[in-house]
Amino acid sequence: MAYALEKSDAAQLGPSEAVASDPALISAVDVDVFYGEKQALKGISLDVPEHRVTSLIGPSGCGKTTFLRCLNRMNDLIDVCRVEGEIKIAGQNIYAPEVDVVSLRAQVGMVFQKPNPFPKSIFENVAYGPRIHGLASKKSDLQGTVEASLKRAGLWEEVSDRLDHPATALSGGQQQRLCIARAIAVEPKVILMDEPCSALDPIATAHIEELIDELRQKFTIIIVTHSMQQAARVSQHTAFFHMGVLVEHGKTEQIFTTPNDERTESYITGRIG
Amino acid sequence: MTDSFTQHSPHLANRHAAEIRFQWAGRVAIFLALAFLFVMIGSIFYKGTGAFWRTYVALDIDLSKDAIDPQDLAGASYGGLVKKALKAKFPDVKARRDRRKLYGLVSSDAAFALRKWAEENPAELGGVRKFWFVASDDVDVLRKGGIDVEGKESDRRVSDKELKWVATLAAEGRIEQRFNWAFFTSGDSREPELAGILSALVGSAWSLLVCFFLSFPVGIMAAIYLEEFSKKGWWSDLLEVNINNLAAVPSIVFGLLGLAIFLNTFGLPRSSPLVGGMVLALMTLPTIIIAARAALRAVPPSIREAALGIGASPLQSTFHHVLPLAMPGMLTGAIVGMARALGETAPLLMIGMVAFIADVPQSILEPATALPVQIFLWADSPERAFLEKASAAIIVLLFFLVVMNLIAIVLRRRMEQRF
Repeated sequence: MAYALEKSDAAQLGPSEAVASDPALISAVDVDVFYGEKQALKGISLDVPEHRVTSLIGPSGCGKTTFLRCLNRMNDLIDVCRVEGEIKIAGQNIYAPEVDVVSLRAQVGMVFQKPNPFPKSIFENVAYGPRIHGLASKKSDLQGTVEASLKRAGLWEEVSDRLDHPATALSGGQQQRLCIARAIAVEPKVILMDEPCSALDPIATAHIEELIDELRQKFTIIIVTHSMQQAARVSQHTAFFHMGVLVEHGKTEQIFTTPNDERTESYITGRIG
Repeated sequence: MTDSFTQHSPHLANRHAAEIRFQWAGRVAIFLALAFLFVMIGSIFYKGTGAFWRTYVALDIDLSKDAIDPQDLAGASYGGLVKKALKAKFPDVKARRDRRKLYGLVSSDAAFALRKWAEENPAELGGVRKFWFVASDDVDVLRKGGIDVEGKESDRRVSDKELKWVATLAAEGRIEQRFNWAFFTSGDSREPELAGILSALVGSAWSLLVCFFLSFPVGIMAAIYLEEFSKKGWWSDLLEVNINNLAAVPSIVFGLLGLAIFLNTFGLPRSSPLVGGMVLALMTLPTIIIAARAALRAVPPSIREAALGIGASPLQSTFHHVLPLAMPGMLTGAIVGMARALGETAPLLMIGMVAFIADVPQSILEPATALPVQIFLWADSPERAFLEKASAAIIVLLFFLVVMNLIAIVLRRRMEQRF
């Protein structure tokens, strides 16, 4: 029955929104990732279209988060991790030696699984990014950026009167929206979301999902999710990973209704996972 | 049905018994530890609190023109005046040996005190005046009940005659106990009744200051580099093992190192708080590094990811976000390390901070001693009265240790941020 539900959800988005010829902003070609001896990703080639939500699905340990973290070179933090192949964002290979990781991450923002606001005030959380990147020179500019970001993250109404309160006192859903506001405050092109709703209750999840749909107008979003309903609800494109291999990718509707690969079908109908 | 629901199996009873046994073993262990602590601190206080009071003897001093010439204050024999007053008090003491004992009732400080008074108040000279002089250490110990007066005369430091004199003076209200401010305001002395801890305290303070300013920045920076920036590998593992080993090296070894390197090679001033502080810094460094690394490790990785994820450089992530969160733990570790350094004796003996220092050191280059070394010196002295001083110095040392630990707790509470 779950299968039928997903099908109708995916259909609601309308097939016209996901077109095969959507221009690709990110294109990965033959990406291999190793953790020491162990190969976590094998020959991933994937195009991610601009101003669309692309969801990465697959069973635990399939490498979807690893792939996501390749896109802003967060994997650099792991000493034993090695990335081979080519990932181009807006035509530039982000693993080229001349690329500065710091400016890459300003272009490719990230929202994590567990809300991780800084233990500072709400204002400071959002203002930190613009400040270190020198995006707002004047104090009024900074306030404007903070307000705009919080508004876009749908949090302004709830926190406008207590910007100086500690961010850690917010509820889980509010914290996650604050993290989204923090990410968009530096005006990235791409936002990576690593299971952003896994620690949230259904109402907060619905909030975030609505938000993702709105953010698509301005940003390209890649979301890792364990919930197939969520993938069906929020994304126009879906990529299915299994055991470090990209099994199948395409329009969400097509993946959920007429998957080409048997493994994809087994996964979305709940037989493997 | 109900009895099967609540039924106790013998297995379950055993488990409960084991639990109760374990809890009782724990309580007994804690009780024993507290009991030992109580006995130790109790005995120190019992022995040491006496040193905060000292005995004074009142004598009538002749200040007439014949005795002290106001035109020639320096020429007067102040010691002679004190002796004369004692002689006048007990005119029947004739034998030379008895006389000497009689003069020994007051401290050798009496003559200096009298002279000082005379120089400060030349207008009040003339006539006879009652002065309170510091009593000798034997009288002091006697008055505090430290001498067994019932025992054989040959077994005690105070003879029967002295007992009688003291009793006479006491009966006339000429013996008094006053708070011993001098214990906190003067340096060490050969005379127990005059000895104080100020020089040792200041020496300790200078040494700790040097130790803190050397070991804290270096230790924190080393910990930040090792924890946040260095690549993990066999090299960093080797470093970690060595740092941990260094923390366990007996402190006297650091003293030997200081002797060989700082004194003999670099020729830094012997017995100085500078070298003492450097040696203590070497000793404290591994403790600070280990505590600081633990504090950094306790900061959740999500904070670093959050900062790096919006494009902060590793340095910005560390200094803007990780360090503020780790600071309370780092400071606590540093203060605990400092407290250990404050109580350290062995390395200071090696670099010569064990000398007899009566003057308060004015800088880190002057010869000094430290509190624990002073305790060691006093505990080693033959005079009975020094034992009391040693215990009192331990009380002062414990006081500072407790204060430092309290500061650590307050700092941790103040700076702790939830994340």
